[in-house]
Amino acid sequence: MNYEPVIGLEIHVQLKTRSKMFCASPNNPDETEPNRNICEVCTAQPGSMPVINKEAVHMAILVGLALGCEIPEYSKFDRKNYFYPDLPKGYQISQFDQPICGAGIQVVEYEGKKRPIRITRAHLEEDAGKLIHEGSTTLVDLNRAGVPLLETVTEPDFRTPAEAKIFLQNLRNIVRYLGVSDADMEKGHMRCDANISLRPAGSQDLPPYKIEVKNLNSFKSVEAALNYEIKRQSEMQESGEKLTSQTRGWDDSKGITVEQRTKEQAHDYRYFPEPDLPIMHFIRGDVEKIRAELPELPAQKEERFISEFSLQDRDAGVLVNDKNLAAYFEEVVSELEEWFKEERLEADIAKLAKMAYNWISGDLQALLKIEGIDPQNSRITAENLAELIKMIHQGQVSTTAAKRILEVMFETGGDPSHVAADEGLSQVSDEVAITAVVDKVIAKNANVVADYKGGKKQALGFLVGKIMAEMKGKANPQVASRLLEEKLH
Amino acid sequence: MDFHLATIKELRQGLDSKRFSSAELTKYYLDRIKKFNKDLNAFITLTEDLALEQARAADKRIAAGSQEMLTGIPYAAKDLFCTRGVRTTAASKILENFVPPYDSTVVARLRAAGAVLVGKTNLDQFAHGSSTETSYYGPVHNPWDLERNPGGSSGGSAAAVSAGLVPFALATETGGSIRQPASLCGISGWKPTYGRVSRYGVIAMSSSMDTMGTVARSAEDLAITAEAISGFDPKDGTSGKLPVKAWSKNLTRSMKGLRIGVPQEYFVPGIEKDVKEKVSMAIEEIRKLGPKIIEVSLPMTSYGSMVYAIVTPSEISSNLSRYDSIRFGHTTDKANDLYELYAKSRAEGFGDEAKRRIMTGAYALSAGYRDAYYTKAQKVRRLLVNEFHEMFKKVDILLCPSTPNVALKIGKAADDPLFGYIADQLNIPASLAGLAAMGVPCGLGKPDDGAAVSLPIGMQILGPQWGEELVFQVGYAYQQITDWHKQKPVGF
Amino acid sequence: MITQEEVAYIAKLARIELKQEELEKYRIDLNKILGYIEILKTVDTTGVEPLAQVTGLENIFRSDEAEEQGIADDILQNISETSGRFIRVKKVL
Repeated sequence: MNYEPVIGLEIHVQLKTRSKMFCASPNNPDETEPNRNICEVCTAQPGSMPVINKEAVHMAILVGLALGCEIPEYSKFDRKNYFYPDLPKGYQISQFDQPICGAGIQVVEYEGKKRPIRITRAHLEEDAGKLIHEGSTTLVDLNRAGVPLLETVTEPDFRTPAEAKIFLQNLRNIVRYLGVSDADMEKGHMRCDANISLRPAGSQDLPPYKIEVKNLNSFKSVEAALNYEIKRQSEMQESGEKLTSQTRGWDDSKGITVEQRTKEQAHDYRYFPEPDLPIMHFIRGDVEKIRAELPELPAQKEERFISEFSLQDRDAGVLVNDKNLAAYFEEVVSELEEWFKEERLEADIAKLAKMAYNWISGDLQALLKIEGIDPQNSRITAENLAELIKMIHQGQVSTTAAKRILEVMFETGGDPSHVAADEGLSQVSDEVAITAVVDKVIAKNANVVADYKGGKKQALGFLVGKIMAEMKGKANPQVASRLLEEKLH
Repeated sequence: MDFHLATIKELRQGLDSKRFSSAELTKYYLDRIKKFNKDLNAFITLTEDLALEQARAADKRIAAGSQEMLTGIPYAAKDLFCTRGVRTTAASKILENFVPPYDSTVVARLRAAGAVLVGKTNLDQFAHGSSTETSYYGPVHNPWDLERNPGGSSGGSAAAVSAGLVPFALATETGGSIRQPASLCGISGWKPTYGRVSRYGVIAMSSSMDTMGTVARSAEDLAITAEAISGFDPKDGTSGKLPVKAWSKNLTRSMKGLRIGVPQEYFVPGIEKDVKEKVSMAIEEIRKLGPKIIEVSLPMTSYGSMVYAIVTPSEISSNLSRYDSIRFGHTTDKANDLYELYAKSRAEGFGDEAKRRIMTGAYALSAGYRDAYYTKAQKVRRLLVNEFHEMFKKVDILLCPSTPNVALKIGKAADDPLFGYIADQLNIPASLAGLAAMGVPCGLGKPDDGAAVSLPIGMQILGPQWGEELVFQVGYAYQQITDWHKQKPVGF
Repeated sequence: MITQEEVAYIAKLARIELKQEELEKYRIDLNKILGYIEILKTVDTTGVEPLAQVTGLENIFRSDEAEEQGIADDILQNISETSGRFIRVKKVL
């Protein structure tokens, strides 16, 4: 029998505010000293009270608008009651029936097919502390307790694990573009739970059970865990076993999911409206003001890169996946355009953009990865990279030499023409200089010239090689080849 | 001078004219507390060293001429207000050794004003009760009859003021906990409009109703203390931004033209004969001042205690979840695992009433029951609140008895799960609506059981939300023509 | 009417250990309270929105300013079991 997976996601994104969701304690994910960024509120001292962080609300609405969510006029916080050592108050301040972001839609493109994924809601809540297991005890660090989280919930609209992964990557890109989160899954800024079940292919009904998979700490693990579950669940169905709803954890090292014991067996969270926090009321005008703040979003940028620079879909995707790389690319291209305008040359934007893309996504990104930095933090300014590309375009340096120049620029930060001069990597395109060498090589290699004239066309390559050797590789090979041909005719 | 009979205003004049120092005043009160607390059990903790230090600082301030209304005036705080560095127990075992790392906003404001904290007063455990008998530290005795309870939950604060152990005390009210003990102890008590005084740093009972007020010897003294502690607090998201006025300087107002409503539902069946009579007489006294007295009806009144019996335990069950032994408070030594760490620490640390309310609330919010109980109660609450809103379009103020009876014998509450809800039935509706209210003494009387005692009776003045000014003015007007607030218990 | 099983379930949710005789005591108490409020069900609340707050306040926010409160160490003072600056508890399952 053929099965179709029914997959939904719940994604928690930590918001990059300065202070926590409900108190002034610093929100610093890099704090190394345990229980340092704590105060009476986030440790639930008797009598302490929460107050809503305005910036977190602002960020949540930005994300909601970017996801195409409706922003309801009223929103409120509720208490979700359960006991756990990482939850100081014995309840989490979350949102139950009036989330800050309502229904929305995001399009996911996979293998050239675009499919809309419905977003159920996105709500604000506070993060719990961190637990570290040590022997027969558990250690609690409350630095993270109270950090703002935005939980986005989708409808079970994904039909393949790859779609789910792409959605997650898109969401990561969006929150990064909005500057509201670093959304690094490995660092726990973004956490994902997936629910998955199988139904007979062609069926429209939701399956009568749901497996929730937790501990998905990377994009890769999301895809792997879902693929594992598809296999596991279809095997169970094939063998006639009945599947019931449960929570399972992904074991990354073993590549399997394992049933988990849940913290509140009954899941009786006794939600009720948080009496300490007045409701939020958003009038249309306020929401529209926030909408006006939205920057160009990844999907829009990708489309523009394709239409404006004639980039390939795949190439545009690579750039857009990294907000900083995309910005750097645009800057380089705009420098190049500027230069063409100044020189009153006819610009082949597509060709320049392709060159810029190749250099940025290839050699430059390799260098950046080694250092683990963004292009903006490297010593190579967009202007200098544009100049290097210009030199290549004009034949002032060879591709091989340019690679070396780029490395030096990355090390020292010099501009490419100086680096080329210092390193002796400038390419000679001066026709007078090259012609002199051409003459010399023709004179020295009379037999080869005769072979060429006798019809042995490959002899030309040999002669170009001689010219290049004579000029220590600095001659522009195209120019040398053209001049040689002219002389031999 | 008989300091213990003096009002804040009189003490202020004495301090400012250097007839006595704050240090002398403070020692006087500390001595009285030490002398009488054995009988009353009104205090859980005395803060003698801190008090003397604050008194000396206050004297310096007075010498420098930079004093405020409460600089150098001793006071006590219900042991529900967090005091940095001073143990705060909520009259519970679970917080027996809890030393807060921070001050409640109200205590911080009084500290800044130069008031002198002499101690922390006894209360019903976590303010759950109406007789101050649920305290882990033993019951408080009513100064008017030591065999009787002072009401509650602010029974320690009320008994302390009544016995002249402090000129005023901080108290809290969720549903009667200021007005009811003030009435039973023969003193004046102010239950602020919800949101008028910051709740920050006061151990929460029922967050949507908790208010922080004061008990004192007169309406004027209440107005003075109210000015010092009221006002917006950025740390309390439910505190209002309305300006705090100079209430104590604006107490005189003609009662002529005022529309005063007397809600018939507050003269409940079972109300004691003397209570009904004295409150009716008090209303007659006020009538002489020229307001229009109107008999009105508030039919939702009888549902108040029922709504309260659902909503407060619901909020309590959540508010008391933080007492899990992990970050502070009593920790069991019998736990084998995490579940037992929670369940045994909480079982050992909470008293019966707290457990009962936690469980009632957890039940009222639990899956399958929330709509029938919690949500239903909040709907009825809206009807009740709307009824008050409509009423305050017709009248400016409401007058009615504070309690249906005079003080009861200790032990009468004895583990009756409904005791508090019935004892506070006349106070709860205004609490559910967050109204401004005050209780004033209006006579002495006998209980219906015929005991040969003369016990205080109280009348409450209910105003609309944010109606403090008028509430203080009506209380003040009444105290200008009567002396009931000057009565004091024999032996103190 | 609440049963002992329901009382046991609620006590477990609320993390309060009850002895057998207490189960019965609280069963009686809770039934008394629920009996007392039974009449609430007769109030017609058709079309009435529940009221959770009375202030009428909306949009009360704090600006996003971080502040080291300087009381972290005082907070740690009250903790019964620590390990360095960590809080130590019985093992979480």
